[in-house]
Amino acid sequence: MGINLRNATFEGWRRDNGRMGVRNHVLILPVDDISNAAAEGVARNIQGTLAIPHAYGRLQFGADLDLHFRTIIGTGCNPNVAAVVVIGIEPGWTGKVAEGIAKTGKPVEAFSIEQNGDINTIAAASRAAYRMVKYATGLKKTRAPIQELWVSTKCGESDTTSGLASCPTVGNSFDKLWENGNTLVFGETSEITGGEHLVAARCRTPEIAEQFMKMFNRYQAVIEANKTNDLSESQPTKGNIEGGLTTIEEKALGNIQKIGKKCTVDGVLDKAEEPTHPGLWFMDSSSAAAEMVTLCAASGFAVHTFPTGQGNVIGNPILPVIKLTANPRTQRTMSEHIDVDVTGLLQKRMNLDEAGDALLDCIIRTADGQHTAAEILGHREFSLTRLYESA
Amino acid sequence: MTVHFCVHDEGDSVGVVVVEGVKAGQTLNGWIMDQDRMIEFPAKSDIPIGHKVAIRDIKAGDTIIKYGVDIGRAVADIGAGEHLHVHNVKTKRW
Repeated sequence: MGINLRNATFEGWRRDNGRMGVRNHVLILPVDDISNAAAEGVARNIQGTLAIPHAYGRLQFGADLDLHFRTIIGTGCNPNVAAVVVIGIEPGWTGKVAEGIAKTGKPVEAFSIEQNGDINTIAAASRAAYRMVKYATGLKKTRAPIQELWVSTKCGESDTTSGLASCPTVGNSFDKLWENGNTLVFGETSEITGGEHLVAARCRTPEIAEQFMKMFNRYQAVIEANKTNDLSESQPTKGNIEGGLTTIEEKALGNIQKIGKKCTVDGVLDKAEEPTHPGLWFMDSSSAAAEMVTLCAASGFAVHTFPTGQGNVIGNPILPVIKLTANPRTQRTMSEHIDVDVTGLLQKRMNLDEAGDALLDCIIRTADGQHTAAEILGHREFSLTRLYESA
Repeated sequence: MTVHFCVHDEGDSVGVVVVEGVKAGQTLNGWIMDQDRMIEFPAKSDIPIGHKVAIRDIKAGDTIIKYGVDIGRAVADIGAGEHLHVHNVKTKRW
């Protein structure tokens, strides 16, 4: 008896812009690296807030700066966030980030450090954060159809069991969610190398296939221009090779099992860009786990599915990351990181349809509030993608 | 019956060992997933979990097929039952 997604619901928070969130964070968001200390100071003062320090935000320019703003603003806009305190070194860029987040209708206040110093900034921002925690914890949860849940995917520390079982499990659940009208995303542009023709063939229209191939070829050109060898130990990684993956082509063919058998690719996104309609989206993105998951969060996704072979331990501050593995050694040695055990697939103890349903069940429980392994273990990797050097 | 290795498609050159501790000389049970068929195969190398076993004789320069798709080229001869990995197979990209 499978899960009937048409009738399934989850309980979350309806934001003013209509989006449903599954967590209710009060975020203390630094605009730049040198504002991390103030943001962390506020989070120490006010219980129930979350600071997300990061390494960038100074002297960036052009497309790289646009991506920085899109990622920082998108993170604040994510429906898993109830309210945001923005802290930056100066008022200009700080105000720009706050204005971007305010468009969602959620409470947001901006604080800048120059002419105030850390201590006064922390004091003023702490008072705002205090009010926001009162506000957020007073919000009531509401029920919504599963269709409203935005689900992202990216795999990591993959091995051959990823392509055999854990990625096909995501594919099975994505086929079901796609038919149900959910909004979905996958990406990892470099990690499609060797299977790009298969993804292009899955695009809903020739125009989408052309946009996908343009993104794919652009990324290949970056690699060709900068590589010093065949990328062995970077792509595939040392961990991938230890796990039995030999070439990028083999890794890519396992990776793209995550888009299942029925989904069409219904559109393409630039990094941290928000989807405009339901369906499966391809996001041009890094294959590094924390960078890609950070971009999914900035695009507005509410729950993430993460197949792993050798045991990537990643999480994200605001996007719950559900991990699954089919590798019995990983399940045996690091089970505290795994939310869904699909090792039975390789011994014919479960079939793909059952595995897909087990993942869907975990997705719904996570949406209803159950914490993932990564949340319980405190994994909050927030990694911004850079396009090139600062000015 | 324990499944020792899995093969995606019957046209593939390789299977993937899915249990720990496979030793040379051991008879392995293989599951061809797309066709849902079992085969028996002798291992000629010790093969770690997740690593590949050649299920046919492969010559240097041959294309390796997995998922029914090209995953690279052999850079040495590889006998059926032997360990197939970065020491004898390389990418055709990059």
